[in-house]
Amino acid sequence: MTRYLLRRLAAVAGVLLVICAVTFAVFYVLPSDPAAHACGKTCTPEQVTLVRAQMGLDRPVYEQFGGYVTGIFTGRVLGDGPTALECSVPCFGYSYQNALPVWDLLTDRLPVSVSLALGAAALWLAGGLAVGLVAALRRGTALDRSLMAATLASASAPVYFTAMMLLLILVQRLEWLPYPDYRPISEGPAAWAGNLLLPWMTLASLYAAMYARLTRASMIETMAEPYIRTARAKGLYERTVVTKHGLRSALTPIVTIFGMDLGGLLAGAVITEHVFGLPGVGQLTYDAIFKADQPVVLGVTLLAAFFITLANLGVDLVYAVIDPRVRYA
Amino acid sequence: MTTAAPREAAAGIAAPAVRGRSPGRIAYERLRRDPAALLGLAIVTVFVVTALAAPLLTGLNGWRPETFDKTAIDQALGGVPKGDFGGIGAEHWLGVEPGNGRDVFSRIVYGARVSLLIAVAATAVTVLAGTAVGLVAGYLGGRVDTVLSRIMDLVMSFPSLIFMLALLSIAPGTDRVLLLVLIMSMFSWPYVGRIVRGQTLSVRHREFVDAARVNGAMGPHILLREILPNIAAPILVYTTLAIPANIGTEAALSFLGVGVRPPTPSWGQMIDNGLLWYQVAPAYFMIPCVCLFLTVLAFTLLGDALRDALDPKGGGR
Repeated sequence: MTRYLLRRLAAVAGVLLVICAVTFAVFYVLPSDPAAHACGKTCTPEQVTLVRAQMGLDRPVYEQFGGYVTGIFTGRVLGDGPTALECSVPCFGYSYQNALPVWDLLTDRLPVSVSLALGAAALWLAGGLAVGLVAALRRGTALDRSLMAATLASASAPVYFTAMMLLLILVQRLEWLPYPDYRPISEGPAAWAGNLLLPWMTLASLYAAMYARLTRASMIETMAEPYIRTARAKGLYERTVVTKHGLRSALTPIVTIFGMDLGGLLAGAVITEHVFGLPGVGQLTYDAIFKADQPVVLGVTLLAAFFITLANLGVDLVYAVIDPRVRYA
Repeated sequence: MTTAAPREAAAGIAAPAVRGRSPGRIAYERLRRDPAALLGLAIVTVFVVTALAAPLLTGLNGWRPETFDKTAIDQALGGVPKGDFGGIGAEHWLGVEPGNGRDVFSRIVYGARVSLLIAVAATAVTVLAGTAVGLVAGYLGGRVDTVLSRIMDLVMSFPSLIFMLALLSIAPGTDRVLLLVLIMSMFSWPYVGRIVRGQTLSVRHREFVDAARVNGAMGPHILLREILPNIAAPILVYTTLAIPANIGTEAALSFLGVGVRPPTPSWGQMIDNGLLWYQVAPAYFMIPCVCLFLTVLAFTLLGDALRDALDPKGGGR
């Protein structure tokens, strides 16, 4: 198990390094003048020259890249003399347009995106599994058909459409919820959850629909297995058969998808954050892309890739717990 | 039950003859009786015909998608469409765009062209590339397989939406449609590749492949004529389900402002613009949303039905 874990961690590091190299090449090497982009539209030529020196763009590419990667682990000083910028560990570069290190920007925005992703994930897991389970156990009935029609509609609606509909109904007409305005959890869980409920429901309605369909399909397949008949023949309660024998093994494919989805959302749900104006990493990405703030885009891409690869690793480890057939060499 | 047939035969009642049906025939017959599939097919047909006949349709209503109609909007109110529901009426069938009075129907019709073209082309590139890589990886195995599989894992670890946004924002804006097609397929081909590789692995040691090899068939023949037809069903299902996903992605990218550029109309771009006018002209936001929703829904219905119809374990009809 330890050897397996070490091997996987090494693979994760390798993947991140390659993604870092590709992203670095796309944003630091391909554009004609990265320093001018990074500096922003209002920069004077002298400022651009300074930024170019601080970003190390006058040095060979491999040195630039090496400096970037080692900066993540050791921190670095950008430029020299009185204008030098201190970029402490972990240094993901410096956003000249925001006059802040990229890492500070990321950590500032991350709580919003993590709150959004985790809350939505809890909602869609609970909703999706429940609906899928009920539909599978009542397969072929009118209830099953109407639930599946509803999930199909819910999964086909674009996020911004769902967002605006929920906003119209729950905020403007019924006035049940406030217009989302992010409050950190330190200001009280009620204010935090109340303001995030709408974005949670928006994201969850999309994902819950997919999870319901997946759970239903997986559950129907599992419940046709011979070992379910054996469990019933042993005289177990139907509830035990469904939860302990059926659901547990039907969960395996759902865990895979869940890891990928959650990993993808932790570093920002760009559209949802954009529609609701939530100040998360997704919104940071959106702004950075349109201001051509490449150091921030590179940092966000790395953070997102980190979450995705970590989630995939997590999924493989969880397999061992829920599926006794999986063993690690 | 087993004795029923002979008894009926003995009594002179004609038992229905058992017909030999090809798998394709069985799938077709299942699809023909599936109301969801027929509904999906009907909606898809409507949108495809609309897209193809766009110049004819805008000829009927007399408004080009780029033509401004200053008489249909209220200049004093900042460009709000005159009349109810965003200016829907005999002149503008689905109302006009707030601010400049462009005809929404014409823009929807031309937008369907752009959206469907990009989605179908991106799906085609994705499926072709994924199938080619998957076939080669699964069939050759060994080191080739390891390298190709690693590359697929790597591409799948990329945060695709962020990367697509970033790439599209720095890319030169010469041919946005081609650019969108290439960038969208760049991140989705490994999903097909994985499916095809797995399927190829499962059939490459079957008897008919060995038989072909014994008969002197070479690699390309075995791959394209022996293996490919036998793994076509999952590829077909994936293709049908990838189209709605790509329609959604294209709309999302245009919605976020990096897709096709004005004056070329696209649904996502209309929705993005409609969001600004949402309070005063909700119809302008709703109409492209509903079109997008219906198209995605229809392709999904069709894809789901196709999967059920091609499933050999499916109902015995």
